[in-house]
Parts: sequence; C-alpha cells; structure tokens
Amino acid sequence: MPFVTPRTLGQYDVIVVGSGAAGGQTAYTLAMEGARVLMLEAGRKYEPESETPMFHTPGQAPLRGASTTDKPFGFHDATVDGGWQVPGEPYVNTSEDDSGRFDWWRARMLGGRTNHWGRYSFRNGPYDFKPRSRDGLGFDWPLSYEDVAPYYDRVEMLIGVYGANDGLENTPNSPPDCLLPPPKPRVSDLLVAQRAKRIGVPVVAGHRAVLTKALDHRNLPAKLHPGNPNAQAILASHMQGRASCFWATPCGRGCSIRANYQSTTVHLPPALATGKLDILVNAMVREVKLGKDGRARGVVFIDRTTGQAGEATARAVCLAASACETVRILLNSRSAQHPQGLANSSGKLGRYLMDTVGSSVYGQIPLLEDLPPHNEDGATGGHMYAPWWLYKEQLAGKLGFARGYHIEFGGGRRMPSLGTFDGIEWVTGGSYGRKLKEDARRYYGSFIYFDGRGEMIPNDDSYCEIDPETRDRWGIPVLRFHWKWSEHETRQAAHMQKTFGEVIQEMGGRVKGTIVTDGAKAIAPGGSIIHELGGAIMGSDSGNSVTNGWGQSWDVENLFVTDGAVFPSNADKNPTLTIMALAWRSADHILDRMRRKEL
Amino acid sequence: MSESFRVDRRTTIKWVVAAAASLPAIRRGALAGAPPPVATLSAARGYGTDPDLTRVYAPGDLWPLTFTPAERRTATALCDVILPADERSPSASAVGVVDFIDEWISAPYPDNAADRKIILDGFQALDAESTRRFGHGFADSDASSQAQICDEICDLSRSEARLAKTAQFFARFRDLTVGGFYTTPEGVRDLRYVGNVALARFDGPPPEVLRKVGLDGTSA
Repeated sequence: MPFVTPRTLGQYDVIVVGSGAAGGQTAYTLAMEGARVLMLEAGRKYEPESETPMFHTPGQAPLRGASTTDKPFGFHDATVDGGWQVPGEPYVNTSEDDSGRFDWWRARMLGGRTNHWGRYSFRNGPYDFKPRSRDGLGFDWPLSYEDVAPYYDRVEMLIGVYGANDGLENTPNSPPDCLLPPPKPRVSDLLVAQRAKRIGVPVVAGHRAVLTKALDHRNLPAKLHPGNPNAQAILASHMQGRASCFWATPCGRGCSIRANYQSTTVHLPPALATGKLDILVNAMVREVKLGKDGRARGVVFIDRTTGQAGEATARAVCLAASACETVRILLNSRSAQHPQGLANSSGKLGRYLMDTVGSSVYGQIPLLEDLPPHNEDGATGGHMYAPWWLYKEQLAGKLGFARGYHIEFGGGRRMPSLGTFDGIEWVTGGSYGRKLKEDARRYYGSFIYFDGRGEMIPNDDSYCEIDPETRDRWGIPVLRFHWKWSEHETRQAAHMQKTFGEVIQEMGGRVKGTIVTDGAKAIAPGGSIIHELGGAIMGSDSGNSVTNGWGQSWDVENLFVTDGAVFPSNADKNPTLTIMALAWRSADHILDRMRRKEL
Repeated sequence: MSESFRVDRRTTIKWVVAAAASLPAIRRGALAGAPPPVATLSAARGYGTDPDLTRVYAPGDLWPLTFTPAERRTATALCDVILPADERSPSASAVGVVDFIDEWISAPYPDNAADRKIILDGFQALDAESTRRFGHGFADSDASSQAQICDEICDLSRSEARLAKTAQFFARFRDLTVGGFYTTPEGVRDLRYVGNVALARFDGPPPEVLRKVGLDGTSA
C-alpha cells in the first residue's frame, strides 16, 4: 500500500521530506518517471475530497468561523494542526518586538500549506534571477529566467493556472497552452482598473492556480511526460478527475472537487497511482544520517503517534520540509565531521531568511453602494492584480527603495462573515436600530482592501540557528530567529500605503483609519505573509552558498534541497510557482544522474 | 448555448453532487443533553487544532454557555435595540444572536476572554447608568429611555469622557450583534447575498450594475 508504516518501509531511490508544493512536486516528478520514492510528512493524512467544508456558512461554525488560537485563519480554513504556534513545537525569537520578530507558520498535515494557500501563481521575471547585477544588492541566482522558464511551463500545465499574457516589464508571458482563461472581472475589479490607471498603476488579470476550465487531458500529458506512456495515461486519467471551478466556496478551505491546486489533490494522487510512491505520515524528521562514505544514508524520524525513532534509507535525500524546517533538520544533523550541521561548510546555513513585505489599506467606495444583487463569489480569490510598475523610476534611484511590490485587492458582495461590518461606525457615525439595518444594506459590498506584496532583500541580520536550550515535545532542538528589516523594505511599505490611499481617492472612496507614513509601522511583522524563503541559498560558489543551482548541497553529493530554502532572493512574486518549477528541475536532474549511475 | 458549454455544465453538476457528499449532517447529537456546568471558564477547552470541519455547530455544543438570566435579559434587550425587526428581517434576538454572543464570551480563547470582561462589565455599567437615570435596569427601561442612553454611547468619538468605557463596550457589542446577525440565514437574505451556490459559469457583473457604476462605456 502507498501509505506505509515505520514497519513496512521498503527500498527507495529517493527520500522526500515534506509533502507540500516542494515535496509534492519533487515526489511527483520522481515517481512519474520511475524512481522509487518515500515521502515523509510530519502531520497526519488529509483528504480534501471528504474533509473540505464546501458550502458551509460561517453561521454553521463555532464562533461564526472566527479565527482562534486553534484555527488562526478561521474555523473552516483547510489548515489543521497548524499555525504560527503549534502545540508542543515551540521556537524562540531573540526579540519580541514587532520589528525584530519572525513568526513561523507551520502546517502539520499532508499537503502542508498548499491546502489553504491563496493560489496566487506568478513567474519570477528575468530581473528577479539577477537582482544583484541590476542594482548591486543581494545575490544573483546561479540560474537565469531561461533556465527556469521550461519548468514554469510544465508546472502551469500540470496544476492549472488562470491568467493572461500582458507583456509587462519583468512579468513574463507564458507560451500558448500554459494558462487557462482568467475569470471575468467583478465590478470592483473594473473600477479599480479604471481608476488606478489614472495614477499609472496597471491592473491586469490575476494568475491563480484554479481551473477555469477542464485541463486538456488529451494533449498536456504527452507534453509533460514525453516518451513515458504510463505516466501519460495516469496523468490523463487524473486530469479528468479534476472539475473546473463552480464559482463558490473559498479556496482557502481546500477544494473537494479538485478545482484548485493543492498537493493532496494534484501532485500526490497521480504519483501514488504509479505505485512508486510510498507515504509515511506522522513522521517528524529529526536529522539526515550519513554513511561511512560521507554520503547521505537516509533520515531519522520520530513517529508522532508513538514517540519512537525510526530510520529510512535511500540512494538520495531531498529536503522539502519548508525553508526553516529544512534548515532545522540540517543544523540538527551534526556529527564529528560536520559539527556545525550538515551542508554548512560555508557557514551560510540558516542565513538570509526572508519573508514578503506586506502592508494593507481598507477603504469604502460610495460608487459601489446599493448595487443590484448579483453573485460575486467568482473564483473566490483575486480575479485581477497590479504587477509592479515602477521599474525604471526605481532603477534611476527615484523611489528610495530598491525593489518592487505587486498589489492584490478585492471587494464585492461576498458571503457575509463575522467581520463583514466590523467597526462599521467608521462609515455610519455610530448608527443603531432600524438605521443600522439600512446602513448595512447600503454599505454591504462597497468595501475594498488592498494588500501590497513586496520583495525583501536578504540581509545579515535575518537568520535562524539552533537554540541551545529549547527542545520540542519530541526532544528535537528548536530554531531561534533573528530578524531585521532594512529601509528598502520599510520605505516600500510606506509607498504601498501612499499608493493605496491614492487609488482609493481616485475611486472616490475613503480610507479606514489613516495612511501610515512611517514604513516601520506600516510593515507587517516578519513571517506574517508566510512566504518564508532562504536559509540554504543556492549559488555558484561553495564558499558563500549551501547548494548549487540544482539544489544539490555542496558538501554532500546525494543531498538535495528542493524547497524555498534555496531562494537567494524573494521577488515580489508569490513563491509557490517558483518553488514547484525549481523542484521539478531538481528532480529531473536527480533522475538524470541516477540514470547515469552517478547517484 | 454552445456544445462545449453544455459539457461543462454536465461536468459541473456531476461534481456538485460529489461535493454534496461532504455537506454537513444536521447537528447529530448536538442537543442530546445539556453539557454539565463547569465551575470556571478555564476548565472549558477549545475545539483543538484538528476539529471536524464538516460538522454543523451551534452555540453550546463545544463549551457551556454562561450568561446568567439577568445578563441574558440585558443582552436580549441590547441586541434588539441595535438590530430590531423591520419589514425585511426579524430582530437579532429572534434569530439566535444572544446565544451566539453567549457562546462568544464563554469561549476558552484569549480574545474571547478579553471580550467577556468588556461585555459583562459593560452590562453592569449600562444597568448602573439606566438605574441612575430611570430607577431601573436597561432591560426594564422603555424604548425611549434605552435610546437616550444609547444615543450617548453609540459613537465613541462623540461620547463624553465619563461614558467612554461604556461606549467602547457598545462598539464591541454592536460588532458581535451585527456579525452574529448577518451570518444567520435571515441576515444573509436581508443583505441579498446570492452566492455560495455552484454555477456552471461566472458571468461577471450584469449590465445594470456596470451602468450604475459608470463602467458601461457611457462615462470615463
């Protein structure tokens, strides 16, 4: 059976630690191409088809679905056993101050955070792989856009991404057959597009991993698995098992009809169907073990149901446990040969931890009041967005910060929730009684939010290491975080605020609260956007990076990192699509080396 | 209607049926006996990090409700001052909002514990103010007496310093009442929310909506 126990482990070519976007893609590519794979997941087995609360209303949930310490994104959110705090699994911050803290999100479940993510799927552009060459800051990747582009194509075709090709600067087009049609804009989208344009902000179709039509199961499998009829047949069958979006129920709950991408509905089922993938859940990996030859022999894990340690072995090990968890495993893999942790001869392990710069403004738009009732659920997430638009001004040094951001926004007559009218006195002046009911009808659907998502430049002061004292409930030493934003990030956050205020003004609306001009106050604390990246960065020099461009560690030949830990920069583009593209590329490389008997 | 659209629709309906299999069963055993009273709130536990997400829950299912009869009367009166019945929908208390607020302030989570103090202290302050002015508590006052007090605390920015804390309480209680009400089926209907249904396709805004916002090409 594909779901194995510690007693039924078999012989494997590759161990993959983690089951989210990175682990899912790594295991998918390896298994579909014939490698025997063991995936270890720290959390429980999870089945979106039977566990997703489709169509449930907030009124059917405890506390009207409000977020709690048990369910930080609300009761119906897909994440179970996850959050910024996980019982029994602490971490340490050297500062509790908002500006010096990193809050670490984890999702201990099969599929990890792909079950609840926003599904925003953007390609990094050419500048994003060579940022240092462009402005002298941070690090260049040992890869170019052209190296990764074929893998972006494949991932888009496999998972299904809606979007359009707008030909904007550093915002790559996809080749034909890659993108699905974007959903029709909502009225608030159209109004934002019309008014933002007046201040030079382009608003175009969003890119999200949601099927707006069925995947082309006749043609795509042959493109993704050329010369491999078995994989093609499995994938074709699997693609027919995914429905296109029926324009209801929030993606963050997961999707029982498999219309959006989550590892558990897209990567794992076909990989399991090959018979080449075994999955061991509730297996918390503690460390990578080396053989006498200095190569990785396998991993030691703790069975969370019994507390017993076990060991799994394979010809190669891929860490895809999330950036920080991967770093933690490597730092905890100490030996006489590697006293500072495994793959750390550069001393860079844990360094250059990054998140995304986030800042938000909320507004109310009189033009959107009292609109005729119509269904605005759509694909539930954003139908449009604004890519970064000031590349030239920035390069000319006119902005005071070096990297860009994109804008995600949303409005409309969405499913009423506990927070729909929170603090409504800011528009009503404090009405109650019959007047409040009239006000609720009038203002419902007229609110809009703007979220900036911007690039953070890696710095020497943002990193993690092993805390010398604290251990988790399994006795595994935990991470200690150090965090600092530079002015490139805080000024960018202030710019977001200013821009969002201007867009709301152009829409004839009003801003809730005030536009925050102090960037240090406008920026969301580290970790809150949940785009943790870096810590085991790739590079072209073994002296200042942890892996090469294949995610292969410089120090141990058969040890690979295939998650976001290898990112040497964090473009404003949400990282998931790039994580998957790199994982596919690394897996291809591993397969190639195995076929040549080099691994 | 094109052939491809019909195929999409058939597929969609097939999957709607599949999704219906994961629809909630109606509160199995939810009311099978009231939970035993607990001495202190700290004894109550939350739903944990891995609750059954497909079940339907009601206030009192997971932790005991704790309003005293007097608190319940005050909550009921205030709920209906904030959202009374009108021609389009019933009053807040008529659709279970008092139970929701009781669930909220009885919940074993930090935010709820903070609100518990705000709400229960607020009831006392409200009753004290009402007694001072009219000789009896808020729930026993007539509509015009209730309105006289509420007019002074309904907007924090305008309320006098002496009543600032009561105004903060009123704002929080209004949030809970409004949030509780518009998440009931009656509240959802009142707002004319028409989503949360499977559609064969998403058409975007109808022409009359675009016309109203000036996006139908007749204005820039």
